Amino acid sequence: MSGRDLLGLVVAGAAGLAVLILTPIYFELDTVLNLTVYMIMAVLALSLALVWGFGGILCFGQSAFFGLGAYTYAIAIINMGESTAPLLLSILVPALFAAALGYFIFYGRISDVYLGVITLTVTLILFNSINSTAGPEFHIGAARLGGFNGIPGIPPLNWPLQKDKPVDLQGMFYLSTASLIVVYFGLRALLASRFGHIIVGIRENERRAELLGYDPRAYKLATFVIGAALAGYAGCLFANWGAFVSPTIFGLAQSAQIIIWVIVGGRGALIGPILGCIGIQWLTAALGANAPTGAGGFAAVLGNAPLVLGAILIAFVLLVPKGLAPTLADLTGQRMRAR
Amino acid sequence: MSFSRRQFLTSTAAASAASLIGFQGASAAEPIPIASLLDLSGGLDIYGKPMIDTMTLAVEEINAAGGLLGRPLKLISYDTQSSMQLYTQFAQQAALKDKVAVAHGGITSASREVVRPVFDRFKTLYFYNVQYEGGVCDRGQFETGVTPAQTVEKLVPHAMKKWGKKVYVVAADYNYGQITSQWVKKYVTENGGAVDAIEYFPLDVTNFSSTIAKIQAAKPDFVWSALVGGAHISFYRQWAAAGMNKSIPMASTTFAVGNEQIVLSPNECNGMLVCYNYFESVKNPENTAFLERFHKRFGADYPNVTELAMGTYQGVKLWAEGVKKAGSIDRMKVIEALETGISIKAPSGTVTIDPPTHHCVLDVHIAEVKDKKLLLVEDFPQQKPSDTAAVCNLIKNPNDNQQYVIKI
Amino acid sequence: MDLAALLGVQVLYAIASLALISLGLAIIFGMMKVINLAHGEFLMLGGYAAIEANRFGLNIWIAILVVAPIVVGAIGVVVERTIIRWLYGRIIDTMLATWGLSLFLVGLTTAIFGNTTVGLSAPLGSFEIGRYRMSAYTLFVIAVAVAALAGVLAALRYTRAGLIARGTMQNGAMAAALGVNPGRVYAVTFGVGAAITGLAGAVLAPVSGVFPSIGGAYVAKSFITVIGGGAAIVTGTTSASILFGAINQLATYATTPVFGEVALLGAAVVLIRVLPQGITGRFFRRSL
Repeated sequence: MSGRDLLGLVVAGAAGLAVLILTPIYFELDTVLNLTVYMIMAVLALSLALVWGFGGILCFGQSAFFGLGAYTYAIAIINMGESTAPLLLSILVPALFAAALGYFIFYGRISDVYLGVITLTVTLILFNSINSTAGPEFHIGAARLGGFNGIPGIPPLNWPLQKDKPVDLQGMFYLSTASLIVVYFGLRALLASRFGHIIVGIRENERRAELLGYDPRAYKLATFVIGAALAGYAGCLFANWGAFVSPTIFGLAQSAQIIIWVIVGGRGALIGPILGCIGIQWLTAALGANAPTGAGGFAAVLGNAPLVLGAILIAFVLLVPKGLAPTLADLTGQRMRAR
Repeated sequence: MSFSRRQFLTSTAAASAASLIGFQGASAAEPIPIASLLDLSGGLDIYGKPMIDTMTLAVEEINAAGGLLGRPLKLISYDTQSSMQLYTQFAQQAALKDKVAVAHGGITSASREVVRPVFDRFKTLYFYNVQYEGGVCDRGQFETGVTPAQTVEKLVPHAMKKWGKKVYVVAADYNYGQITSQWVKKYVTENGGAVDAIEYFPLDVTNFSSTIAKIQAAKPDFVWSALVGGAHISFYRQWAAAGMNKSIPMASTTFAVGNEQIVLSPNECNGMLVCYNYFESVKNPENTAFLERFHKRFGADYPNVTELAMGTYQGVKLWAEGVKKAGSIDRMKVIEALETGISIKAPSGTVTIDPPTHHCVLDVHIAEVKDKKLLLVEDFPQQKPSDTAAVCNLIKNPNDNQQYVIKI
Repeated sequence: MDLAALLGVQVLYAIASLALISLGLAIIFGMMKVINLAHGEFLMLGGYAAIEANRFGLNIWIAILVVAPIVVGAIGVVVERTIIRWLYGRIIDTMLATWGLSLFLVGLTTAIFGNTTVGLSAPLGSFEIGRYRMSAYTLFVIAVAVAALAGVLAALRYTRAGLIARGTMQNGAMAAALGVNPGRVYAVTFGVGAAITGLAGAVLAPVSGVFPSIGGAYVAKSFITVIGGGAAIVTGTTSASILFGAINQLATYATTPVFGEVALLGAAVVLIRVLPQGITGRFFRRSL
């Protein structure tokens, strides 16, 4: 590892710790809560950054695992009352689902756009199915699936095996930020390992990797499952943050959002998708807040969230073609580690 | 250079956000912040836009009369873009950052149930001004919309008397549609009729051809619609395209809430019966004056003022009365003031808060759709929210905090 | 017996509407490998174009069949020249750009038209099949779909422009070397794809209504149909539409519209697994 890369890691770690420790001290609760959800979404962005940015698997349905994690946590904790098992389940269930789906896809030698369409279709199947479970007959144990209304009032996580000590709002912030830091460094380590190099090699040229003796299907499946587990964990945290989950989590809008974050951030990078995710989330919220009332003309245009966000994205693509991270890296003259 | 572009983008966004804050003129006294959380874009904006307009008018009227307690109101409007995540984020922001005196908003029951715990937790007064399925029992919240006992209970017997006893129900597949259809079934059975079938459709369904065929096979006396949203308008179109609107009539407590009677042609929906609290054709001096002011502010060609828009207007005015009576914007004091049964003369008639349920006693009318207008057919003054009253009494149990699923 | 006839017409209608909404995308994706996430918005714009033209007094048939395709085709050409043309070969970036475009168009339409628009009612009245009544407009939709598919096929097979388009699609560099201007071909192709999509949106406007966010309901289904169909434009779209449309409508009739959707999606998953290159990757290989 070069000195430059080490410096980059130290900077990232220091920045992460600074945010973790200083934010609750210097900022109001409102900012802390907003940052919590941004951290959670950043974990989700990292999961797709791994699967797509490094693994080369265009998964258009990452929201399926996100949503499965959230719903699993909600259903499990309503039934069980204590949160250790639901947390683990919210990681396990999406991972198992991904294993089955991945086997179906990769061992069928499906790739590129076709894979994207299959994953999109899967998340839409989940959306349509759960969306129509509004009736009282749709329940798993004590938890009603609720259809379009979703599951409100989800009990929060508690400290492991201590049922009466729930994690409070500040605790959620610490947990989410710490999770993001751990996931980031974990993925860096994974990508620096042999496994990481192999999956990048498979992304670059699958046939060559295969001829060199690596089974691309198995490696892709492993990457897919790890990504799904991360997305599921993010889903569990999300269900905690908002204390609700609804079927729109499986929808086209949510899955496209994740893809957009990774594109904006730059594929083949980890910091980029984090920044892209937080940036776009912040921008969407800023556009929606303080919407002008009863005004016309210019102010109405600025308050038109889809219009402004769409224009910004188009401009971004045309002006910053490589994505945030590669462009920033070019600027600071640093060679990108994982291409 | 790309870096400076990102800086440019960020600062532009920040500048535009900043320029939208505090568009009110400068005033000597410190303004009272109030928030609205509505979908002004995305699939549900057909409901949200009229609501923010009436709320803007209400705030401007209060400010023109000198504000509340000598302070002007500052309306902070959040566009939740039909996204549940933004509802949560903006509710937190309104409660913690803006520290608003009251929040009005939420359109679907789903969005209400998402923000209600947030406002409860951070002790912010909340008004939900949309018609819904009933049962919310929460001392920190007030509901000004109609519930099934106020509308469905009146429309079912009227429709059955006019058309017959066999009913086919089509409903939106979510909380509201599910519960309302059960109420319809209850009242139909109580009045000696029978429901052929109830079919549920998620909000994005536009293909109703097989349902229409099934209805034709069942031959009901009339169809009851609890369909919601832009996509479901296609049911009425396809129904009329198959010529069915000439042979089987329809009743609904959701039609016209999104101004469907204007979007569809008269041919497609004339003769439908609906039942709500407010119609532009309600005759009283408040309504005439209101419509005049509204059209002056928003243009003479503004489409129909909807039930939800009037609910929002009435909600703001009720809250203002509560503040005046309490002499303060402190949440508990305003709640206690409102719980004395505050009443206003609104464009829809007299609206009074029902203290044990925090819902409203309102006038209700049945109207018929005719040539893009809604003409009153029957009036029911001062209907109590009896469905919620059967399960909720906040005077006896002030710490109650849930939505009851009312046993039908 | 009349139920069978009714169901038959409904199935044909489902196939026809699926084919119509997918054909434009098949042209754009098939010819230029551009993933146009704003496809749903082109449909929506076609609907608005027809409604506005009709509101200004134009005959409804002209509004639907002439005005809508021309307007959306023109918009397509503009989009291609200003945005897409910088992004050829960069599939991922076109995804981001077209997603931004879709948001932009939704915001623009909401700003211009507001949310309460007068719609179009279906002309042509209804007819009877035994004891069922059906809208005669459904037959019109089926006719338009057949005409569009036949028209595109004929244009590709029998006209010089079609030949040039096919050549540029197969090998752009070679076509350029032979004197064709690929940039112009791409612009025209994108415009034609957009025009057909606008036509589809206009044709379906009286049936499903038009509001700014209606695009989202269509984009996923059209992508699934196009990818399921495979590389051939007309044959692929037709075969995939037949398969998915029939499954969708029959499942909807047997159960509920939701389950019909799920059946369509499930069939797509199975199809792509079994035929990873789409239907025309294996059958009808060398067709258009």
